[in-house]
Amino acid sequence: MSKYGEKNIKAYGNNYTTMTPGPFAKFLRTCVVYQFIRFIIINLKMLVVVKKSH
Amino acid sequence: MARVVVLGGGVSGHTAATFAAKWLGKNHEVVVVTPNSKWNWIPSNIWVGVGQMTKEDVTFELEPVYKKAGITFKQAKAVSINPEGSESSVKPFVTIEYTGQGKAGSSENVEYDYLINATGPKLNFGATPGLGEGSNLGEFTVSVCTADHADHASHELQKCIDKMKKGERQKFLVGTGHGMCTCQGAAFEYIFNIEHELKKAGVRDMADIKWISNESFLGDFGVGGLHMKAMGFAVSSRIFAESLFAERNVDWIIGAHVNRVEKGKVHYELLDGTMGEETFDFSMLIPPFAGVGLKAYNKAGEDITSSVFAPNGFMKVDANYAAGSYENWKASDWPSTYQNPTYKNMFACGIAFAPPHPISKPMSSPNGTAIGPTPPRTGMPSGIMGKTVARSICDLILKGENAPLHKASMAEMGAACVASAGKGLFNGTAAAMTIYPVVPDFEKYPGTGRDTDYTFGEIGLAGHWIKHILHYMFIYKAKLNPGWTMIPE
Repeated sequence: MSKYGEKNIKAYGNNYTTMTPGPFAKFLRTCVVYQFIRFIIINLKMLVVVKKSH
Repeated sequence: MARVVVLGGGVSGHTAATFAAKWLGKNHEVVVVTPNSKWNWIPSNIWVGVGQMTKEDVTFELEPVYKKAGITFKQAKAVSINPEGSESSVKPFVTIEYTGQGKAGSSENVEYDYLINATGPKLNFGATPGLGEGSNLGEFTVSVCTADHADHASHELQKCIDKMKKGERQKFLVGTGHGMCTCQGAAFEYIFNIEHELKKAGVRDMADIKWISNESFLGDFGVGGLHMKAMGFAVSSRIFAESLFAERNVDWIIGAHVNRVEKGKVHYELLDGTMGEETFDFSMLIPPFAGVGLKAYNKAGEDITSSVFAPNGFMKVDANYAAGSYENWKASDWPSTYQNPTYKNMFACGIAFAPPHPISKPMSSPNGTAIGPTPPRTGMPSGIMGKTVARSICDLILKGENAPLHKASMAEMGAACVASAGKGLFNGTAAAMTIYPVVPDFEKYPGTGRDTDYTFGEIGLAGHWIKHILHYMFIYKAKLNPGWTMIPE
């Protein structure tokens, strides 16, 4: 898993200038404790956007 | 007693009708005219399209819900509007043609005091030769625009998976099927759901997956892209999208107008004027949208369609249709009340209103072919517009014709988008995004056009859980179950 995104980069191809996530970023995406906190934060942010839109 | 007629029972029309019925009570009548007997939570069609949900999971019968709400339901398609009435009718009316309820094919004139046009789009497959005929999907590609289309797509996808399991390499092509498409977000979500399913089936290494779209850059999404706050930076959605494509090993073709589809192959023209072709074993291409083809007639029976509707078939509202070139565009060009400028008792919301211009900068190839996304008007904005229009009409009925109209401009409105890959609670991830406002306001927010305090995006399980919750919450709300008004659009 560690560098699985990097191997898809093709020199001077379409995706050569973008970024790919490292192992820690990948871990955080599926870390249940971290994601539960993000879940609350994202919901609150979305509620603010919804409130501002009505 | 006033009668409000709502054309269309999708997100915008259903929201407008149900709130109007609640606010008006039993002293007034709300009528919904829609050709479909079922309501469809369209965002979850993506999961139907990969076999993770059935079409029954994303639809329900409208008639019992409308009966509960005291709404008159007519399963019919609107054919024409007579906003001045006719020589034999003083009141304005809509001519409808039934598609069900045992009256299929028969016509009726439905008089109204107020009209809400929320028909949604015609899926214009016929605009691209080979993509389909008229509003019917062709035989070479699949679609996820309706629950039935998505169900069909799922079966085709399974056939490809079976072939890969037998050692046959397959090529997937997903994106937009014309230079003037919208809804790139739906195709974006679908391509990553396919990628996820192939990985789950253990055949990802047997698949080549490619994106094709009319966006001038990846991550445009029909809103001219966006900058979102991440890691202390205001990051372009281009980086966000390209990163995701690179990570999942999905290649892309952008700035493409698909001009012909044949069995296993698409032909396209790029923004630089070059022509190309791409082969596929499985392809899901979103069709361009057009108005549903409603006609309008004045009292004398003369055709006034061109004054009520824009050339693309969408209804004119309080937008600035004379904004001119991109350099002159302003946030204030966008409509806020959705009232027709000529007939004040007619409103249009959701996809049915004619936008003043695209959101993304319009581009064309040296050959003169317009290639660029048209503006999205679905989901959250669509629901908010429906509710706002219903509130205005209820005020006009209950407080008098001088009551001020409520406003909900897409240039002052945000949207939340969740593009989820996978369906399991712990094995899927999603890109969760909010954008505020949907239409960039470069005067108010110089540079990015958006408030980056409220425009963000991130990938993870959290967004995936939100997508699950939204699925159940919005179907619960649309069924008018207890507390439905507490759930925001």
